[in-house]
Amino acid sequence: MDLFRSASGKAATKELERIDQLFYSYSNESSGMIDPEGIEHLCSDLEVAHTDVRILMLAWKMHAEKQGYFTLEEWRKGLKALHADTIIKLKKALPDLENEVCRPSNYVEFYSYAFRYCLTEEKQKSIDIESICELLELVLGSQFPQQVDLFIQYLKTQIDYKVINMDQWMGFYRFCNEISFPDFNNYDEELAWPLILDNFVDWVKSKQI
Amino acid sequence: MSLLINIDASLSCWLLYTAVSWAWGIRLTLIKMNERKTINLEQGRDFMQKGITKLKNILEGLPEPQFSSEEYMMLYTTIYNMCTQKPPHDYSQQLYDKYRESFQEYITSTVLPSLREKHDEFMLRELVKRWSNHKVMVRWLSRFFYYLDRYFITHRSLPPLNEVGLACFRDLVYTEVNGKVRDAVISLIDQEREGEQIDRALLKNVLDIFVEIGMGQMECYENDFELSMLKDTAAYYSRKASNWILEVSCPDYMLKKVQNELLSVYATQLLEKEHSGCYALLRDDKVVDLSRMYRLFSKIPQGLEPISSMFKQHVTAEGTTLVKQADDAASNKKAEKRDVAGLQEQALKEAFEIFCNKGVAGSSSAELLATFCDNILKKGGSEKLSDEAIEDTLEKVVKLLAYISDKDLFAEFYRKKLARRLLFDESANDEHERSILTKLKQQCGGQFTSKMEGMVTDLALAKENQSHFEEYLSNNSNVSPGIDLTVTVLTTGFWPSYKSFDLNLPAEMVKCVEVFREFYQTKTKHRKLTWIYSLGTCNINGKFEPKTVELIVTTYQASTLLLFNLSDRLSYQEIMSQLNLSDDDVIRLLHSLSCARYKILIKEPNTKTISPTDTFEFNSKFTDKMRRIKIPLPPVDEKKKVIEDVDKDRRYAIDASIVRIMKSRKVLGYQQLVMECVEQLGRMFRPDVKAIKKRIEDLITRDYLERDKDNPNVFRYLA
Repeated sequence: MDLFRSASGKAATKELERIDQLFYSYSNESSGMIDPEGIEHLCSDLEVAHTDVRILMLAWKMHAEKQGYFTLEEWRKGLKALHADTIIKLKKALPDLENEVCRPSNYVEFYSYAFRYCLTEEKQKSIDIESICELLELVLGSQFPQQVDLFIQYLKTQIDYKVINMDQWMGFYRFCNEISFPDFNNYDEELAWPLILDNFVDWVKSKQI
Repeated sequence: MSLLINIDASLSCWLLYTAVSWAWGIRLTLIKMNERKTINLEQGRDFMQKGITKLKNILEGLPEPQFSSEEYMMLYTTIYNMCTQKPPHDYSQQLYDKYRESFQEYITSTVLPSLREKHDEFMLRELVKRWSNHKVMVRWLSRFFYYLDRYFITHRSLPPLNEVGLACFRDLVYTEVNGKVRDAVISLIDQEREGEQIDRALLKNVLDIFVEIGMGQMECYENDFELSMLKDTAAYYSRKASNWILEVSCPDYMLKKVQNELLSVYATQLLEKEHSGCYALLRDDKVVDLSRMYRLFSKIPQGLEPISSMFKQHVTAEGTTLVKQADDAASNKKAEKRDVAGLQEQALKEAFEIFCNKGVAGSSSAELLATFCDNILKKGGSEKLSDEAIEDTLEKVVKLLAYISDKDLFAEFYRKKLARRLLFDESANDEHERSILTKLKQQCGGQFTSKMEGMVTDLALAKENQSHFEEYLSNNSNVSPGIDLTVTVLTTGFWPSYKSFDLNLPAEMVKCVEVFREFYQTKTKHRKLTWIYSLGTCNINGKFEPKTVELIVTTYQASTLLLFNLSDRLSYQEIMSQLNLSDDDVIRLLHSLSCARYKILIKEPNTKTISPTDTFEFNSKFTDKMRRIKIPLPPVDEKKKVIEDVDKDRRYAIDASIVRIMKSRKVLGYQQLVMECVEQLGRMFRPDVKAIKKRIEDLITRDYLERDKDNPNVFRYLA
């Protein structure tokens, strides 16, 4: 039946049982998944706001596919990796999770995951400006506060773009990492930066005059 | 009245002030004229001499107070009086001689001795100083003796004062010292070649004298200086050559070094010389000199760059002036394009392109060119010109097109205007229409002209179709449109896109449409007919009280007029709802029928513009001396739509180009991609780099391309 159960020893089996139990304490009986309501409960038990980035990190750890929902598989994957089979252990594991995510090698993955996680419709490829602004704040707000602030300002004032796609999303992260701020001295618009960033830089420069 | 102005150091500044007092002085003198006493020659000369001596002292730097305006005025007036006295006391000739003598005397007594006693660089400095002084002296004395310039010299066709003065220096000083000067200059240059620092400004000043002494001609510079300079240079380098051969036994290297030395070092200076430099040669159309310069400079690496950039500037400046002139006379578009077509083709492509692609009076040059063609090809356009002249002009137009970057824009405007000409029978000559299409095809390729050729063919086919229709009608007497009907069936792809509005046709015309539709069904069942009423024309008989007049109008206008068959009087709103057209169309229509030249409808109130509250009545009293009149309906400004259409086409073209390139290269860097894209599309238009970037991003979203994982500036094709 379960790959998990067959492959591990007695202690491991115990751990898995507890993980499953924890899952069922939040899941919706009819759907068999933890739904947004369940996640809210989870958050209050963990004592984090459900808009907290750490929940997103948890979703990442679980490779959760659908925003607002956790399946059993995903739950198992995530909690096993965190060695958390109780709420208390899960809570304790959060700081480590944060550190793990913030490691440069992982961060790009997390950052791109965050975008995909928000694509709720079937063939959706882009996210509306307002949601992007929130997501940016959530995901990059602490790392690059000034750039994020300015970019959000720009996004809200410009009219050329109504949505942001993955390429532009990733481009912005690269931008924050590579381009000196606030002078943008090493920005070269003749390179393949997304056009929206060319426009963003122009906008900032024109404001500075 | 006397104005005593406190004089400062600057002489020229002071002269400005005198201009005002001059005028006063003259007026005063004129008033006093009746009272004046005759000045005799001796007196006059003496008086002038005093002034001249004073001037010389000032120039020599002696302690001499500057001229007061009174003194100045007196000197001028003395001359004036002596020239205007009645014979035998009019001393113009003598004064003219006196003028010259003053210089000669000064030069021989003071200037030449001072030059003779100096040598080399010191002599050069002295020369520069003396020349500068001389110019000042000429300026001053010319002002004193100014009156001679006004009448005497023109009457006797003599050289003007300025020229006389400068010639004195040339004849006396220059002829004597120019040899020494030249040698001194060359030795300075040699010093620099040996690596010493020299006073370059001094050199420039001396060379300027050579040029200025020519007084417009370059002979002095060329013959006296340039020849020797070049000879000496050759000698210098041949001396050097032997050394170099020992040092570096490579002939090529030596050659390069000579050229580099000679030309590169002085390149910019030579080019920028106002009188003989590149700019002047261009300005004066000195083709031979230009070609010499070109040959010389082409030998050094990047030697042509400064020339071509000056060339560019010159052509751009000239062209921009032309454009500005055209701008000022924007109504006469034809004339402007003629000038352009006549420009000599010695211009470098780039410079010419820059000029060509500037707009005039808000229209792009692509549009202007298309309008120009339209003017030539339509009836009433250029019937005065001979066939040859027209052919010639069309030839030039097509050549000009090569320099226009928005060729696709031109094509679209041309197509739009061609459509009008063809459909409204406004084309003057079929031969010319075909001829220009052939020329365009040769220059821009078949794809450029395929649609236009399609249009011309369509018309021929339409005629055939019409005769079949007429046959059909005669064979089926039960089906009759009731009106003489001619239908032109066009192939959609070839013609510009037209918005078809749901005009409410008058009943008579509805029947026509029906009948034709039935006929067309018999010919083919696979095609869909869309009626474009905005392109139709009607001949209506207006049964006016004085007499019946035949009106040639558009279908829209006819529909409007036919409404009045049912009511004598209609309001704007009623007309609009009955016709089912937009405000813009209705206003245009009603304006053409009630506010223009022929008032078929009477408008109330009788203002010059249409407003939604107006009412209209059939003008039964209308008449004209002609039996048949055409009532024009000014076309809507197509410009905006054309530009929109072209932009859309461009987006597709850029997409296609990017995909094509990426498909064949698989992996390509961004800049390379942009470059190739621009090149591919260059035949039709110059794509904006930002536009290309946007299309790339769009293609990424549509999963045609992706960014390379390791290098974000590189793209991959996704099969």
